[in-house]
Amino acid sequence: MFEDVNVGDELPELVKHPDNRQLVMYAGASQDFVAIHYDLNVAKEAGHPNVIIHGALKSAWLGELVTGWIGPEGRLLELDVSYRAIDFPGDTATCVGKVIDARIEDGVGLVEIEIGLRNPEGAISTPGRALVSLPTHSAT
Amino acid sequence: MTTSVSSDDTVISEELRSFIDLESNAVTYEIERHAVERFTCAIGDPNPLYTNKDFAESSSYGGLIAPPTFFRSLLPGDYPRPYPEPFAHILDGGSKYRYNEPVRVGDQITIVRKITDLFEKHGRMGTMLFKISEISYTNQEGRLVATQTTTTITYGTGEKDSGVGDH
Repeated sequence: MFEDVNVGDELPELVKHPDNRQLVMYAGASQDFVAIHYDLNVAKEAGHPNVIIHGALKSAWLGELVTGWIGPEGRLLELDVSYRAIDFPGDTATCVGKVIDARIEDGVGLVEIEIGLRNPEGAISTPGRALVSLPTHSAT
Repeated sequence: MTTSVSSDDTVISEELRSFIDLESNAVTYEIERHAVERFTCAIGDPNPLYTNKDFAESSSYGGLIAPPTFFRSLLPGDYPRPYPEPFAHILDGGSKYRYNEPVRVGDQITIVRKITDLFEKHGRMGTMLFKISEISYTNQEGRLVATQTTTTITYGTGEKDSGVGDH
């Protein structure tokens, strides 16, 4: 419920262990066949030590972080994701989130969340934000 | 064709600029249950709203829905004339989604993409072209269910990446 949320609350972390198989599955499911995501030679020519994770797959994980937290009664209204740095399969990717605003507008409980994907070095490679609505006690 | 670019030159030709606000050919997809299952399996999201019919029907959604980034699997149509991409390599800069209502299994979603801005930056990879595109998703009732604003960066010469131009 909206009333249970406070600014500063952290979302439970969502930990992903991507491998090459998942990148190939995602390429097929999303029809994103840019070769840098599955062809090691192409990735090395571009100066990377390994194939790189699709940015959109990282945004899918950040979407899962948020929709899992709000549950089936909440609604995702906005999802913004920026791919600032590259991530690689074989590395652990940790999705994190923190509530930065909670307000009621026109009777709707809105919660704004700062989200990001944390790489094994502890840096946020993929920052973003989400806006969700949650049911309120007064609406029930 | 574009030739080599010096720093006081621009890759944004009049022809390229003419693509700003030009709408892609509309394409309509049926949101098919097994495509949603395949996508959710690929991203590794166990949320039963996407795959468990009984759970979804008894939820506040009343039926199966697609995950928020499922739109990535619905490729926009071509522009009415070929887009003159000057570079060979592509980077996805990010996406901004706005959701008005969920996409349901069985929906017919019509997609139109248009470029809203083109600009270039000069960095360690040489000239990079930034393309901001807005993609609209409209359902069979004519309601705009969502938009996705994408930033696509292209750079470099040589053999074109497979997939350049798709996203």
